[in-house]
Amino acid sequence: MVYIAAHNIISPLGWTSEENFQQVVSDKSGIKLCSNRNISDSDFQASLIDEGVLKQKLAEHSGLENYTKLEQLSILSIKSIIKSVDVKSKRTGFIFSTTKGNIDQLHKHTNPSDVLLASCAQKIADYFGFTSKAQVVSNACISGLAAFIVAKRYIDAGLYENVVILGADVLSKFIVSGFQSFQSLSAEPCKPFDTNRNGLTLGEGVASLVLSRATNETSSQTIELVNGAIRNDANHISGPSRTGEGLFRAIQATLKDFKSIDAICAHGTATPFNDDMESQAIYRSGLATVPVFGLKGYFGHTLGAAGIIESIISILAMQKNIVIGTKGLLEQGVVSDINVVKENETKEITEFLKLMSGFGGCNAAIYFKKHG
Amino acid sequence: MDNIQVIKEVTIEQGKVKINGLDFFHDESLEIGPFLKCLYKKLDLKYSKYYKMDYLCKLGFLASEVLLNGENDILTDSDDVAIVLANTSSSLHTDVKYQSSISEIPSPSVFVYTLPNIVIGEISIRNKFYGEHMFFVQSTYNKTELLDYTATLFASGSCKQAIVGWLEVDMEGAYCANLMLCQKNN
Amino acid sequence: MSELKENLKKQLIEQLNLEDFEISDIADSDALFGDDGLALDSIDALEIIVLLEKEYGIKLDDPKKGKDIMTSVQTLSDFIESKR
Repeated sequence: MVYIAAHNIISPLGWTSEENFQQVVSDKSGIKLCSNRNISDSDFQASLIDEGVLKQKLAEHSGLENYTKLEQLSILSIKSIIKSVDVKSKRTGFIFSTTKGNIDQLHKHTNPSDVLLASCAQKIADYFGFTSKAQVVSNACISGLAAFIVAKRYIDAGLYENVVILGADVLSKFIVSGFQSFQSLSAEPCKPFDTNRNGLTLGEGVASLVLSRATNETSSQTIELVNGAIRNDANHISGPSRTGEGLFRAIQATLKDFKSIDAICAHGTATPFNDDMESQAIYRSGLATVPVFGLKGYFGHTLGAAGIIESIISILAMQKNIVIGTKGLLEQGVVSDINVVKENETKEITEFLKLMSGFGGCNAAIYFKKHG
Repeated sequence: MDNIQVIKEVTIEQGKVKINGLDFFHDESLEIGPFLKCLYKKLDLKYSKYYKMDYLCKLGFLASEVLLNGENDILTDSDDVAIVLANTSSSLHTDVKYQSSISEIPSPSVFVYTLPNIVIGEISIRNKFYGEHMFFVQSTYNKTELLDYTATLFASGSCKQAIVGWLEVDMEGAYCANLMLCQKNN
Repeated sequence: MSELKENLKKQLIEQLNLEDFEISDIADSDALFGDDGLALDSIDALEIIVLLEKEYGIKLDDPKKGKDIMTSVQTLSDFIESKR
C-alpha cells in the first residue's frame, strides 16, 4: 500500500498545507487584479506569490541567493516535509512535475541550460543530497497527477520506499501571453462550472508531498493512493473532447468496477469547453450524484503544481470530512447534470477521486482512500 | 523487465532513418526542416495536420509512422497501446520561437507546441490511441529506465502494446529519435 | 478576384501552414471551418485573429463575433472592408 506521509503547499494563501486549507474553507482566494508589467502588458486576474513575503522567508534561510524564484520556492517547500525521510538513500526517489520550469529565465539569454527542466530538477535534488536520479514529468496540466501515478508505480515495482514529489510553476510573460493568445483568460476571477464562466485564471504555487510504502509501523489512520490512470482524447491537441472521452476512460481505468465515490475534486478550469467536457465524463461514469468541487477559484490554475496542490487540499478535506464549496460558482451551467457543490458541506469522505485534463488531449484520474 | 519485448526499433539521426539497425532512408540535407520534408514525401503521407506541427511533433510523428508502417496487429482505437517518451530539451526549440513572437503578437499556434507532451497527442490522434501515456524530461537517454517504467504498465495490465523511446530536438535544431514498439512477453 | 481576397488567401495559406492548398484552390465562398472546404480548427481561428491584427491592424475585441466574420474568405474580406 502506498500512502501520503507528509505534504506542503506554498501559495498566496499560505506557506503550509494547513494554512492554505484554512483559507480555502474560509472562502478566501489568492486571486486579484494584478498589474505586474514583467508578466503582462495589461492588467490581469491572477493568484501571484507576493515578492515581499518570499523575500522575508528567504531571509530565514541562507544560501538560496543563487537559485531562481521557482527553485527557491521548491526548496522551501521540500525542506518542510522531509524531516522523516532519508533523502540520501538510494531507496528515496524524487519526481518534479512542471510545465515550464524556469522559462521566465529564457528572455535573459544567460545560460540556456538554466531553462532545461532536468538541470533545474537536479539543482533542487542536489540541494538536499538526493542520491537517486531526479525524474521530471512534463505532461501539461495533468503533470501533478502524473507525478503521483509514476511515484506509485515506482514504489509498487519495489524501486523506492519513499518518493518526494514536487509540483512547481511560476508565472511569466511567456505563460500569461500564451493563455491570452488562446483568449482563455477570464476578465473576472474564474467561475468554475458556472453558467456565466468565461475562462480561466492563472495562479502561482508550489507543493511537495512524500509518498511512502506502508510498513508495520505505519499509522492505521492514513490516506492511501489506491490507483491512477492517464488516458488520451485522441481528438485535438488543445480542445478537449466534447464527449469527455479520455477523461471518461481515465476514470474507468482508475475505478475499474468500483463506483462508491464520496466526492470528486474536478479540474474545473472555468473555460466553457473544459467544464462541459468534465461534466460529460463524470455523468458517463455514473457519478452524476456524487458531490463535485473545483479549487481554481481559490488558487487559480497553478499548472504543473495544480495536481499536487489540489490533491493536498482534497486529502485534508477527506481527513476533516468537508466537501469544499466551489468558489466562483453561482449557478451551475454545464452540459451534463452533475452535482457541483457551491458551499462547504460536512460529509463523511472515505473514497475520493481527483481529476485533471490538459493540452495534448491528456486526462488523469487518481483515487484516494481513507483508512482508520 | 522480463515481461517486455521490443519487436521493432526505429532510429533517426543525422539525416538517416534506420529500422532495426538497417538503413531505411537517408537524405543529404542534414538540417531538420528540409530533412523532415524529404522523409514526409518518402512516406507518401496525406495528413494536413502534419504541416501545422512543430519540429518535435513532426519528428515524433514521422518516427511513429515508420515504426507502425506494416504492423497490422497494432491495437488502434483502444486503450491498449501506451506511449512513453522522453527527451532533454522538452519543447525548447519552439519555446525560443514563441518567446521571440511575444514582443510582436504572440502566436497561439506556436504556443500550443511549447509543451513536450503535444507529440503524444499528435500520435494518439493519428492512430486513435486512447491509452496510458507519459512524457519524461531527462538529462540523458536511458533506454533501460524507460523500458523498466513501461514494464510496470504491462505488469499492472495498463496496456498490451507500447511505443517507447526518445525524441529530441535541441535549441539549435539538432535532432535524434529512437522509438521502440514493445509488447508483453508471455 | 479582388486584390484583398487574393492577399487574404495567400496569408491564410502562409500563416496557417495550409501546404496542400494553392490560392486557386480556395473559392471566395468556401467554408473555412467544418468538414468541407478548408476544415480549419479552433487554433486556426485564433491565428486568424492574430492575422487580422498583424496585417490589417484590426483588433477583434469580441471573439464571439469571430464566427460570423470567419465563415469564408468573402466574409473576412467584407469585414476588413467595413473597417477601412
